[in-house]
Amino acid sequence: MNLTLKIWRQKNANDKGKMVDYKISDVSPDMSFLEMLDVLNTELIEKGDEPVAFDHDCREGICGMCSLYINGEAHGPDRGVTTCQLHMRKFKDGDTIYIEPFRSTAFPVVKDLVVDRSSFDRIQHAGGFISVNTSGNTQDANAIPINKHDADTSFDAATCIGCGACVASCKNSSAMLFVSAKVSQFALLPQGKVEATDRVMNMVKQMDEEGFGNCTNTGACEVECPKGISLENIARMNREYLKAGIK
Amino acid sequence: MSGIIKSSIARKVAMALSAFFLMIFLLQHFAINILSVFSPDTFNEVSHFMGTNPLVQFALQPVLVFAIVFHFVMGFILEIKNKKSRTVKYVKNNGAANSSWMSRNMIWSGATILAFFVLHFIDFFFPELNTKYILGDLSGMHNGEFKYYNELLHKFESPIRVGAYVISFVLLAMHLLHGFNSAFQSVGATVGRKEVMKKIGRAYAILIPLGFIFIALFHHFNGH
Ligand code: HEM
Ligand code: SF4
Ligand code: FES
Repeated sequence: MNLTLKIWRQKNANDKGKMVDYKISDVSPDMSFLEMLDVLNTELIEKGDEPVAFDHDCREGICGMCSLYINGEAHGPDRGVTTCQLHMRKFKDGDTIYIEPFRSTAFPVVKDLVVDRSSFDRIQHAGGFISVNTSGNTQDANAIPINKHDADTSFDAATCIGCGACVASCKNSSAMLFVSAKVSQFALLPQGKVEATDRVMNMVKQMDEEGFGNCTNTGACEVECPKGISLENIARMNREYLKAGIK
Repeated sequence: MSGIIKSSIARKVAMALSAFFLMIFLLQHFAINILSVFSPDTFNEVSHFMGTNPLVQFALQPVLVFAIVFHFVMGFILEIKNKKSRTVKYVKNNGAANSSWMSRNMIWSGATILAFFVLHFIDFFFPELNTKYILGDLSGMHNGEFKYYNELLHKFESPIRVGAYVISFVLLAMHLLHGFNSAFQSVGATVGRKEVMKKIGRAYAILIPLGFIFIALFHHFNGH
């Protein structure tokens, strides 16, 4: 396959940045999107040019590091996958592919396609945990009966990898899907109930302080989420928040 | 509580509550208007009751005006805030891949409805206030008969006015096609019944505006 890539290049956080065109040839349809970028970078380095900076780590869809807004969609046109799991067979010979960083005021660009998603970490620190006494007589979690539906729903919420595709896809740059997944994961389990009130209040407060926008329920996040996190989590978080607000 | 109304979720819920009120009002308004098709006399009587009953006039009406103003002011505030949350736009964005046109353009369908409200208030609401509370005429009569039905017929004579009316209600339908479910989602009421809610939402969003359009066209073509 021969492709034209239009890639966002930006030297550093203060640089204005612009789209730059690259031609790439002999791309195998079996390559992953990131492997295709590796090939491009090897060519750039051989020519003495600056390679394109992009985030990645596990390359198997579990770490949430890879990002990229490809042809107007987070993680590209495929569904239920991260960019490292996106294959070049989803594109056609001769295609022009736009590659941009995830855009949000709360995700500032560090360089080229790399963005700083530490706002997510700060939201997690604000309440995305449970406090367990490790004195030695902690109760075995498996000894607490939990009904199957709640356990499954909680586990589904816990599959969120914190990639930020929800924010990148949302017309409002809202982080509600991410935060609601983290809130729901605990809210559904007995271990999480103890700190439920503080958790939802503090995480939402941190979310607002980071400058994410307001959810208007467009549902774009759910469609683009590589882990299929459901919008129901947002409705659940709204409920948790109302409950906490009344307390 | 003052900290709460600043938070994103509290604002969403407030937006939804104002929308619920508007949707109930719309239903009630439709129920009265449709009477004009079947029985002008009943329409006149109910209109007169609504127009002169102190509970409706001094309790419900101010809440309605507040809900409308709150809803669109908050709508604009949220729109501005959301624009600020992404200052650098995408060069290529494929919004249609993951969301409906209606959901991405609430501000435009909303702005059209706002324009309609302005027209509607100039047409009916302000003259009513003037007659009733400035001129002090609470009779609801004109030339010896109830005026409401005749006023309604008069307003639906001009094809331009009827056209504008129809367009507004098409945009209201679009606003509600997203808005109805959005409001229930905002208050956390969709957990476990997403599909049913979608169906109810679609029915409401299409049938009610269609009903208003029917009433307008009916009188336009049947009027004197
Ligand atoms: C006065 C003109 C109006 C404007 C400018 C306006 C604007 C908006 C905007 C921008 C939103 C999206 C905000 C959000 O979802 O958080 C919205 C939501 C909504 N609007 Fe309106 N609107 C208007 C009139 C109406 C009317 C007359 C109705 C119903 C009869 C209505 C029903 C709704 C509903 C149900 C929602 C969804 C609420 C939610 O998401 O919680 N709107 N409106
Ligand atoms: S909710 Fe989905 S899209 Fe958002 S951060 Fe989690 S895994 Fe990524
Ligand atoms: S690199 Fe880990 S999810 Fe893509």
